[in-house]
Amino acid sequence: MSETYAGSRETTEGRVYTVTGGDWDELLAGDPLHDERIVLNLGPQHPSTHGVLRLVLELEGETVTSTRMVIGYLHTGIEKNTEFRNWTQGVTFLTRADYLAPIFTETAYCMGVEKLLGIEAPRRAQVIRTLLMEINRCSSHWVALATGGMELGALTGMTNGFRARERCLDMLELVTGLRMNHAFVRPGGLAQDLPENAPEAIAAWCDEMDEEASGLDKLLTGQPIWTRRLKDVGYIDTAGCLALGVTGPLLRATGLPWDMRRTEPYAIYPELDFEVPVRDECDSWARYVLRVAEIRESAKIVRQCLTLLEPGPVMVEDAKIGWPAQLSLGPDGMGNSLDYVGKIMGQSMEALIHHFKLVTEGFRVPAGQVYTAVESPRGELGAHVVSDGGTRPFRVHLREPSFVNLQCAPAVCEGGLVADVIAAVASIDPVMGGVDR
Amino acid sequence: MGLEEKLPSGFLLTSVEKLVNWSRKSSLWPATFGLACCAIEMMTFGAPRYDSARFGMEVFRASPRQADLMIVAGRVSQKMAPVLRQIYDQMPEPKWVLAMGVCASSGGMFNNYAIVQGVDHVVPVDMYLPGCPPRPEMLIDAVLKLHYKIMHEPLGPKRAKQLEGQKLELLPSSVRYAK
Amino acid sequence: MSTDNLPDKAGPGITEHGMFGVTGSGDTSGFGGLVRRHAAIPSTERPYGGYFDEVSDALEAAYGDFGEAILAVVVDRGEITFHVAREHLLELCRTLRNDPALRFELCSSVSGVDYLGTPDRLHSVYHLTSMTYRRRIRLEVAVSAEDPHVPSVVAVYPTADWHERETYDMFGIVYDGHPGLTRILMPDDWDGFPQRKDYPLGGIPVEFKGAMIPPPDQRRAYK
Repeated sequence: MSETYAGSRETTEGRVYTVTGGDWDELLAGDPLHDERIVLNLGPQHPSTHGVLRLVLELEGETVTSTRMVIGYLHTGIEKNTEFRNWTQGVTFLTRADYLAPIFTETAYCMGVEKLLGIEAPRRAQVIRTLLMEINRCSSHWVALATGGMELGALTGMTNGFRARERCLDMLELVTGLRMNHAFVRPGGLAQDLPENAPEAIAAWCDEMDEEASGLDKLLTGQPIWTRRLKDVGYIDTAGCLALGVTGPLLRATGLPWDMRRTEPYAIYPELDFEVPVRDECDSWARYVLRVAEIRESAKIVRQCLTLLEPGPVMVEDAKIGWPAQLSLGPDGMGNSLDYVGKIMGQSMEALIHHFKLVTEGFRVPAGQVYTAVESPRGELGAHVVSDGGTRPFRVHLREPSFVNLQCAPAVCEGGLVADVIAAVASIDPVMGGVDR
Repeated sequence: MGLEEKLPSGFLLTSVEKLVNWSRKSSLWPATFGLACCAIEMMTFGAPRYDSARFGMEVFRASPRQADLMIVAGRVSQKMAPVLRQIYDQMPEPKWVLAMGVCASSGGMFNNYAIVQGVDHVVPVDMYLPGCPPRPEMLIDAVLKLHYKIMHEPLGPKRAKQLEGQKLELLPSSVRYAK
Repeated sequence: MSTDNLPDKAGPGITEHGMFGVTGSGDTSGFGGLVRRHAAIPSTERPYGGYFDEVSDALEAAYGDFGEAILAVVVDRGEITFHVAREHLLELCRTLRNDPALRFELCSSVSGVDYLGTPDRLHSVYHLTSMTYRRRIRLEVAVSAEDPHVPSVVAVYPTADWHERETYDMFGIVYDGHPGLTRILMPDDWDGFPQRKDYPLGGIPVEFKGAMIPPPDQRRAYK
């Protein structure tokens, strides 16, 4: 191939270039796409990047040669904020990190605090925590499937997914009072007990989830466009996953059945009978099938939890730790029950003192550090909680699965086509609140 | 805004005003600016149960150049603020901003180094919606109030009179850059 | 007020001044002058219990400079923490990952903790998981703010890439050997390291029902 640049030589007058014509076939002998390298910015504001994620893609034609991710557009300083609040108030901050699976973050943190305190939440609280976690897993998977569908063009998948999610949120609202960001799981147990009509409503919900999952199966699983867009897209195998620290549905789609609910059980998972869905195609299709299967498994778990519910306290008995307020519904809304106010004001001085100290100062947690992990819908969600013996957390760090899983995005995207980037990132299912915290 | 210059006056103006405002509010297309938890509630607002299509708002335009309403849903971090402003600037007039959630209205519970304490430091806001996150019903309420506001916006010489003497500069985004 | 009876600072102990969270004000309660020094949790004596002894023995057998590398071993609340000297960190991680008796394949998290008041205040904490044996350990490396260099473990655990960038961004710990150590969460031109203890929370006072409420780090509160 001839030189691209003209030959030159130094003369007494300076540098002289010899420019000659060439033959077209010589000039075009190189890669015609060589000059078609584009740098594309899928900016933070984009309908298909799952939140404020910035992807900088280098394309050669339609093929992605390099992917760079820029995150941090949602950094909220949640971890630093918890250092200035009580242990109990920390829950309200951490719950907003991964806003699609708030119960998991709350539970991981509360388990960490309880480990530091050396206490265990009562049995009923553990059962209800498990129940809420599984309902939350369903609602998070529905969002993953719905937004994945929307990004790939399956808009009915989106409307169906959000409709199914509304049913999950109805259940969460029935139990916790809020649709999202519940701050319901507290160190020592839960904020309140289940309302009376909850077990029936949740039992009905389990059947609905099975139906909805079947509905989504019928809509998408056999659909040729959906299949072709997801099969063999976003490939990452077990070695890649482990090197990049990826856990959750991505790891289970590679054939390794690593699920913290089975490997390091917490709450009441040891007593429950459920399958851990595993596939071995390592692609986005496998992850889609896994998520639908997990929704069904979660419904199964919730049914079992309902049978395991026994009457009992939902907050630890130790008066120096357990949140004192008993809430009840009065004429002006929910607030401290009048019986309880009567008790602390009229009958028990000790209860009044405990209430006062807990609400103003909070309880003290002995010094030390722990790391507790739960299996969130996206992978291993860990809370590294450090205490200095005071009433406030010294340091809380969340090991967010979205943060770690998103690191594998360049590995799954590079070499593929631009359209597959969207499918691959959708199947990784990152939640930017968790990534940036 | 070429329409405003060519407006008639008197009762004809009132009819034109009503027509223009009605058409603007009936198909207010939001720009997707979902950031955090409020974005999910905004998506459920577009979803079947809290249908936004009945207000003409089901098309969340990805391109700000085709959008009228920017619903800032979620906490705006320091890194995101310039992007927010850029998207706002790209929107053609007439445009409205709805600050959804307490984080967008005032910084919310995150009174710290990383979050802009209210998007009105960056863009002019027409409707503030508190809540953490606001229920979709609350968002519908805010949208309807915004519709009312749009419906009663004056055009032509009445608009000029209303805007007369109004300070239209934005608040500085921070002490460092205030002049 | 004599401070002779207070425990010595052995390792990352923390000193607290005053009972209330406001200093330099007219606080006549007497609690303002209180100095509380918390002793660090001392190195645990053998036997550790559970699988910790096995892990410790296997590590000692596999890694030659065990005595120099491991500064302290703390077993607390069912978890084991190895305090590691920074020069040996990379090889230690490689041994932990590769040795058949250890096999800590997954690096769950790399994060930082700032123990302000101690000489080596910045701690880089590594959580390692062994999927083969279903075990977890923690490694901790302490460096000072004047010389915050720690070797990067990206060569052994590629997942540490973003974790180390985040710890650099938030604490200023510089990981030598990292392929691209830049800010990840804050804007690229941000000054300071936000999660350090001497960096303010940075809020603004809020007017609520007529009163001005100061930002959380300036409010009077219990510690």
